[in-house]
Amino acid sequence: MNFLSLFVLIPVLMMAGLFLSKSRKQIQFVAATGGILLMILSGVITYMYMTERAAGNVAEMLFTADTVWYAPFNIHYSVGIDGISVAMLLLTSIIVFTGVFASWKIDPLPKEFFLWYSLLSIGVYGFFISTDLFTMFMYYEIALIPMYLLIGVWGSGRKEYGAMKLTLMLMGGSALLLVGILGIYYGSGATSMNILEIAKMHIPYDLQKYFFPLTFMGFGVLGALFPFHTWSPDGHASAPTAVSMLHAGVLMKLGGYGAFRVAIYLMPEAAHEMAWIFLILTGISVVYGAFAAIRQTDLKYINAYSSVSHCGLVLFAILMLNETALTGAVLQMLSHGLMTALFFALIGMIYGRTHTRQITEMGGLMKVIPFLGVSYVIAGMASLGLPGLSGFVAEMTIFIGSFQHADTFHRVLTIMATTSIVITAVYILRVVGKILFGAVQDTHHEHLSDATWYERLSVVTLIIAILAIGSAPFWISGMIQDSVAPVISQLAK
Amino acid sequence: MGYSGFLHMHEEFSLLAVMVFLLIYDIFAGKKALKFFQPVALVLFTLHTFLNFIPREAFELNGGMYQYLPMHTIIKSILNIGTLIVLLQAHKFLNEDANRIKRGEFYFITLATLLGMYFMISAGNFLLFFIGLETASIPMATLVAFNKNSRKSAESGAKYILSAVFASSLSLFGMSLIYGSTGTLYFTDLSTLITGSPLQIMAFVFFAVGLFFKISLVPFHLWTPDVYQSAQTNITAYLSVISKGSAVFVLFTILIKVFGNIVTSWQPILYGLAIASITLANIFAIRQKNLKRFLAFSSISQAGYILLAVISGTAMGMASLVYYVLVYMFSNLAAFGVISVIENRTGKIEMTDYNGLYQTNPLLSFVMMLALFSLAGIPPFAGFFSKFFVFSAAAAQGYYLLVFIALLNTIISLYYYLLVIKAMFLNANENPIEKLTSDFPVKLSLVICTAGILIVGLVSTFYNQIASFSFGM
Repeated sequence: MNFLSLFVLIPVLMMAGLFLSKSRKQIQFVAATGGILLMILSGVITYMYMTERAAGNVAEMLFTADTVWYAPFNIHYSVGIDGISVAMLLLTSIIVFTGVFASWKIDPLPKEFFLWYSLLSIGVYGFFISTDLFTMFMYYEIALIPMYLLIGVWGSGRKEYGAMKLTLMLMGGSALLLVGILGIYYGSGATSMNILEIAKMHIPYDLQKYFFPLTFMGFGVLGALFPFHTWSPDGHASAPTAVSMLHAGVLMKLGGYGAFRVAIYLMPEAAHEMAWIFLILTGISVVYGAFAAIRQTDLKYINAYSSVSHCGLVLFAILMLNETALTGAVLQMLSHGLMTALFFALIGMIYGRTHTRQITEMGGLMKVIPFLGVSYVIAGMASLGLPGLSGFVAEMTIFIGSFQHADTFHRVLTIMATTSIVITAVYILRVVGKILFGAVQDTHHEHLSDATWYERLSVVTLIIAILAIGSAPFWISGMIQDSVAPVISQLAK
Repeated sequence: MGYSGFLHMHEEFSLLAVMVFLLIYDIFAGKKALKFFQPVALVLFTLHTFLNFIPREAFELNGGMYQYLPMHTIIKSILNIGTLIVLLQAHKFLNEDANRIKRGEFYFITLATLLGMYFMISAGNFLLFFIGLETASIPMATLVAFNKNSRKSAESGAKYILSAVFASSLSLFGMSLIYGSTGTLYFTDLSTLITGSPLQIMAFVFFAVGLFFKISLVPFHLWTPDVYQSAQTNITAYLSVISKGSAVFVLFTILIKVFGNIVTSWQPILYGLAIASITLANIFAIRQKNLKRFLAFSSISQAGYILLAVISGTAMGMASLVYYVLVYMFSNLAAFGVISVIENRTGKIEMTDYNGLYQTNPLLSFVMMLALFSLAGIPPFAGFFSKFFVFSAAAAQGYYLLVFIALLNTIISLYYYLLVIKAMFLNANENPIEKLTSDFPVKLSLVICTAGILIVGLVSTFYNQIASFSFGM
């Protein structure tokens, strides 16, 4: 068995361990061990990937393995990774790990919570290691369903509504996607569902023009493509902390990753022809999401709309179809994943203390809980793209890439999208000023306790990652750039 | 060839032997021996299932009256396992004082309908097919009306028999038109003689109605919710899985064997029926408060999904269909198993009664959740794979629009399945259903179903085995 499958196997073992655990201590032990193992594993994989590439291996996917699963349908269980998957695996591991610590004292039913949480991570990991359309789709769906119960049982606010809306809309996305996948497979006439094999075949344009929009929209629903983004604010706002982190941090990236790896890579002609429609839609996502965030007063809603805006930027960059923008898109996935996870973790921690998420009811928290306050400012700075933090690197690359298009259409859209940076600054600074500085609004807030050790661990890990990407981006952007190249050559055909 | 040919009909004769033995046992055994009636019956039936598990070479008997294909063993085994699960679930119900006296009849009648389905499956002639159809539906009506003291049960029995007889008579009329236009009722001869004249197409429509009724496709579904609701839950389970499963299989084989030439005529008909069944049943299911009615509509829409495999008309479609029936059997029987446990103990059947079930009965709610997720087609449960294969079979023939409509419907279906899950896991309840402990047979049946839901999809052996027999159909 290929060692990449460990990414799926470890969460499975975690589930078995959790199933047998009796006390909260044991549950915490199993969850933490699993999280640490996954972190180590993704670190090792990154190292191995880099050495393999440094040794001159230029294969598109490394560490591939292939096992026939359903022979009559040419379904194989095939895995393999390139630089983009490595980056995503790294991101997932960091967020799964920090998510465990952010929900250290989850109540009620901790066992069930972590069971579903592990199932969710199986879906995400599996998606990033698969190179077979069927297994990819299967993992994608595995990742969707635990969300319903995670939000419905452990969420807050309008949780039942949020959970149902999120599940159904994402299911709708996967319905579009499944038609797209079947169309790709039968349209290409390939004898394998492996993406690399299908890429060698040619899908007639007459079919591409139907299946490209379906596939792109299918993934776009998860990547908060306007007008299918409406699940995101309600879903994220009502989800428990760790789930918001994993969902906004990683699951929304599944959309971008899939749109890139399946829709663009396999159907390049239609991508060229139809990109403009989706560019307009994603452009709306970017700007509209940012404007919507200004109007919100609930911290989670602000961050959820900000995610719509940032994830819209990922899809926007992917549709620019050039190397710089695509590299920027992947960097943005990483950067936004870490940053939004940090935001949601902090919001969860603040909410756990103040019992409110309304910014009008909070103030002066910097004096009371300085650690969380400072961390919140760092997250905010990363979000509005301060140089030295990850957001700057990603957005800079994206806008440079987008501006490489010389025609008016692309340039106007790019300029409009860049305005989101300013709007982001407005809503971030407004929140920071309102809740962290000024006078304490509520007398109950004067004696709050600052972060505990497990909260600090989770926050510090995320901040280190953000700083690492922001200050030394080249090793990771180099890795991504190498892996974007095959897609670019596919597009140039 | 004489009578020795009959000896080849292993499945039918072994089932008949079990039936006759049980009938004699029930009548002549003393009070002490009768205590062991159910264990003996279950062991015998299990034995019958195992003895007929290995597919044989294809053959014909009595000049093509009876045709055997290896695939028949597969579908019959699936029906056997399903029946066994239903019998296990009915164990407790039949041990109640009021029903103990009727145990013999329950087994005899249930197995008689199963025998009818065997003949439907292996028939090579419309006459034998019709005998099978009637053997499968008339005893079914008595099963539906099994609670003779309940008005509702009697009413639904009457509903079932009236609609069934009407449907069979239409079917018979269709067969007579076929005979009139071709002069034969043998499937092998008909395959060339059916050329697509208007009379033959009309004959096909009349004939197929009988099967559409049994599969309960829209618009032949009106009996389903009422009958499902009023019948004893175990019988409802039997009706929704075994009866339906055999009928779709037969529909597919006859469409290919007999009406293969007029494929362009029946595909649009099924196309419309599939969309109507899936969509209307889904819309009606949303509003249901009674879980048995709810599952009735869910089973109608599931039948619509199976039609996608039928429409494809390929070997791949055949394999997907049989696989779908297998998975559907495990999922639906798991759901009905949980419902029957709760209904038999507490009499509660409304969706609101299930509020907070997870607090008191975590295992039952867990099984129910698996079953519903599998029905909704969520991975890693088997239902995902069966749905994918059915869609894949249809897409391979270019039916992308149909697949798309069916997929949009899965969103609606996920919504109503989630309503039940929401009731069990999310909703609070002042006085939830008390903690129930199930007896051994029910536990065994639920374990079989859960294992089926978890394993049949992830392990590809099952599908590959089925597929290896589907070619050459």
